[in-house]
Amino acid sequence: MATSTRPTEVLESVVIRFAGDSGDGIQLTGNQFTAASALAGNDTATFPDYPAEIRAPAGTLAGVSGFQLHFSSRDILTPGDRADVLVVMNPAALKSNLKWLKPHGMLIVNTDSFQAKNLKMAGYATHPLEDGSLATLQVVQIDLGRLTGEALVGMGLSAKEVERCKNYFALGLVFWLYERDTQVVEDEIKKKFGTRPLLFDANLKVFRAGWNFGETTELFRTRYTVPAAAIPPGLYRNISGNESLSLGLVAAAQVAGLPLFCGSYPITPATEILQTLANLKEFDVRTFQAEDEIAAVVATIGASYANHLAVTTTSGPGIALKSEAMGLAVMTELPLVVIDVQRGGPSTGLPTKTEQADLLQVLYGRNGESPLPVLAARSAADAFETAYEACRIALKYMTPVVLLSDGSIANGAEPWRVPRVADLAPIPIDLLDDVAKLQNGEFLPYDRDPKTGARPWVKIGTQGLEHRLGGLEKWERTGHIAYDAENHQRMTLARQAKVDAVVQDIPPTEVYGERDAKVGVLSWGSTYGSCRTAIDQLRAQGHKVAHVHLRWLNPLPADLGKVLHRFKRVLVPEINNGQLLPLVRAKYLVDAKGFNRIATQPLSVAEVAEAISSWL
Amino acid sequence: MTMAHTPTTLELKPKDFASDQEVRWCPGCGDYAILAGIQRALAKQGIPPWKIATIAGIGCSSRFPYYMATYGFHTIHGRAPALATGVKIARPDMQVWIVTGDGDALSIGGNHFIHLARRNIDAKLLLFNNRIYGLTKGQYSPTSEFGKKTKTSPQGSVDNPFNPLSVALGVEASFVARCIDVDAKNSAEVYTAAAAHVGTAVIEILQNCVIFNDGAWDSLTAKESRADMTILLEDGKPMVFGANRDKGIRLNGLTPEVVKLGENGITEADLWVHQTHDPDPTRAFLLSRLESPAFPVPIGVLRSVHRPVYNEMLELQVTEVKKAKKPDLQKLLDGPKNWSVA
Repeated sequence: MATSTRPTEVLESVVIRFAGDSGDGIQLTGNQFTAASALAGNDTATFPDYPAEIRAPAGTLAGVSGFQLHFSSRDILTPGDRADVLVVMNPAALKSNLKWLKPHGMLIVNTDSFQAKNLKMAGYATHPLEDGSLATLQVVQIDLGRLTGEALVGMGLSAKEVERCKNYFALGLVFWLYERDTQVVEDEIKKKFGTRPLLFDANLKVFRAGWNFGETTELFRTRYTVPAAAIPPGLYRNISGNESLSLGLVAAAQVAGLPLFCGSYPITPATEILQTLANLKEFDVRTFQAEDEIAAVVATIGASYANHLAVTTTSGPGIALKSEAMGLAVMTELPLVVIDVQRGGPSTGLPTKTEQADLLQVLYGRNGESPLPVLAARSAADAFETAYEACRIALKYMTPVVLLSDGSIANGAEPWRVPRVADLAPIPIDLLDDVAKLQNGEFLPYDRDPKTGARPWVKIGTQGLEHRLGGLEKWERTGHIAYDAENHQRMTLARQAKVDAVVQDIPPTEVYGERDAKVGVLSWGSTYGSCRTAIDQLRAQGHKVAHVHLRWLNPLPADLGKVLHRFKRVLVPEINNGQLLPLVRAKYLVDAKGFNRIATQPLSVAEVAEAISSWL
Repeated sequence: MTMAHTPTTLELKPKDFASDQEVRWCPGCGDYAILAGIQRALAKQGIPPWKIATIAGIGCSSRFPYYMATYGFHTIHGRAPALATGVKIARPDMQVWIVTGDGDALSIGGNHFIHLARRNIDAKLLLFNNRIYGLTKGQYSPTSEFGKKTKTSPQGSVDNPFNPLSVALGVEASFVARCIDVDAKNSAEVYTAAAAHVGTAVIEILQNCVIFNDGAWDSLTAKESRADMTILLEDGKPMVFGANRDKGIRLNGLTPEVVKLGENGITEADLWVHQTHDPDPTRAFLLSRLESPAFPVPIGVLRSVHRPVYNEMLELQVTEVKKAKKPDLQKLLDGPKNWSVA
């Protein structure tokens, strides 16, 4: 493509948000801009924000799909609070997304959709482009419909096909504006439309027309560039949370030398894990799309009994259905990884929106005393290691483990420094597969490893090791049915002790900032980025603040109480109504306070910083 | 692609399949006869106990795994078919038996029951049907007769029962059979046929609960009435029954009718000939609808056909993909698009 004659302004970071109808290709547009930014060496973080409906009626507020991308020449941890640039494809997109644009930001508007009918559907009484309501913004009005149509004159495409090319015009324009390498998109168009020459030509033409429009129009005085970020050397790829979890599971199975079994039922926002694994059979992966959430987890327990690394993936409503079976896994002491990609609740709640409100459910939402380890991913890149660790612990301690992710991690993407397989932690598996391995020739299915409390994992099909598992209480060591009172007390404590023992695998708590900070922020899960960035900002202003982020929620790190007590005050920001908060208050008798927002979006850096500042 | 189990050269006896645990069913319970019958059938089959998994749900019947010297799993209510599915996918070399009851399989576990048979998972499902909830002490079940008075239906049940075998045939189960707990000879034949079947085998066992529903199947088991109230199904044979072997079932279009041999010139040649391996499940379904007292209750194998088996097809896909693609973990992690930062 031709080089530009325009001057270029260098920026450190840009947040751009695309919004339009569900059918406008917004997610695709966002992903391609992200890919090009990552390849340009920027650090990136994304936040897709889309409705639960697949195609709500065009032009309605319900049908608006958004995609926010933060790209930067420094290390960034969030998709950005507010956008520098908002690209809207119709009035509904403007109406629902304007609040995400900075006060003096750039608004790129597709004017061809701003007709009376669409304005009315979006709930505008007056024309927003004419009534002065956008006066503080830098508004760029472009008739994408007309320009796309002109670019495709004479190609013989239907009006509908022309309409579908519009997003490439917008993409071409922002590629010009931010000096992104157009090859990324051209390759993608080739991949997508390679077998349909007419559509291939059309989309390519429109994309280039968009770029050229930027160059020839007088609407933009300058172009912008965001230089490459200084990030640790290595091989990087862009990865979403669900992909990252999938790869973590496969890596753990491969390193452990076990087949991987994933029994799941499709549920937003976890479905992509099942889809990804279904396509990796060469790694000895078997996926089972069950008839329901219960069958999914129960079949997975069956596969665990049969010595596969067994995983089930779901979201909050699925956990509710799986609870009884998770108790069965606690009782039978089988390794099981349960992934909960949290979404807004209760009940069906907000399937495509993010929330962290399943912590108490996974910790306590089962009948009886049924403790199990719980850990949480903090970002898409971190999800790989979290999944790997969940598998390692499940296998080492012979226990079900719950891994919490959430909607923003699942669908958000960021660059991931790909680990070398040789550097992955070993996962030793010691299957009991021969009577010759028994001490004194005695087979005790509930004998325990003194260090981990784990019982033996018997290779089923082995002669002489036939045994029966089940949900009834067990005699210690023999595993026979037992109704004895004292035995139940001992077994209850033994199951708890096993989960407590996981603490020996949790490294000392990392305190980011001063150990005796005035305010210590304690967070878990996807609030990591917002909290860490807020702390960075306040520390840069000279404030004595610190950040502790938890990967393990059960057990909690051994030194956490000490760490928290050294802070003058403790703030626990969560996207729920306070779930970690009561745990640390009860366990450590620390007068922590919560900062809670349950508003379907990641916490913004500004609001976290403000909450901390109120104590400074 | 059928994975046959390799019979061992071991001489197996029924007691090789009995665990050391004390059997705790009520004295006189029909389950004792079933347990003994299964242990005999397994010994005859020749697959050693360590290559078998017995998987149960919840209920009296579901204590079965504890009494078997095989691998076993006493799961949670209704979920045995799901757990069995996981075991069979993970370890196709294990022979899987599911033990369940009318409440476990048809009420709380109805969903898993139909999907097991629909997928045709290679597992045998023994459904102990006593038409009552035993372990919770006497409430009506999904097979209790309409109007039945129980602790939860004091005025009589208004809950319409369904027929387990009609349900199984409705989802095209590949093997469907029925036997009676106390009928050792015919049960043995059904168990043996089920053991040899590849795919889901649904076996309804009419079982007597001596405490809460005693005598539920009396008319089918009493010496004086059983020959007239049941009909033993034999592949390729006309359907003859009765103490004097003088009654038969004729198909009038798709309507079965009881006829008397010798009357109005009716001979065996006019009777419905049972075809166990008929790929069309329609007639097997008609058979499942025969209920007493209007008709004799069919005993034996209603249907046995070969249908693709889920776990075998999945395994085949895994094998094919492994043949076509070399697993390279580093390459998978590195991804299709990446960049290096120096």
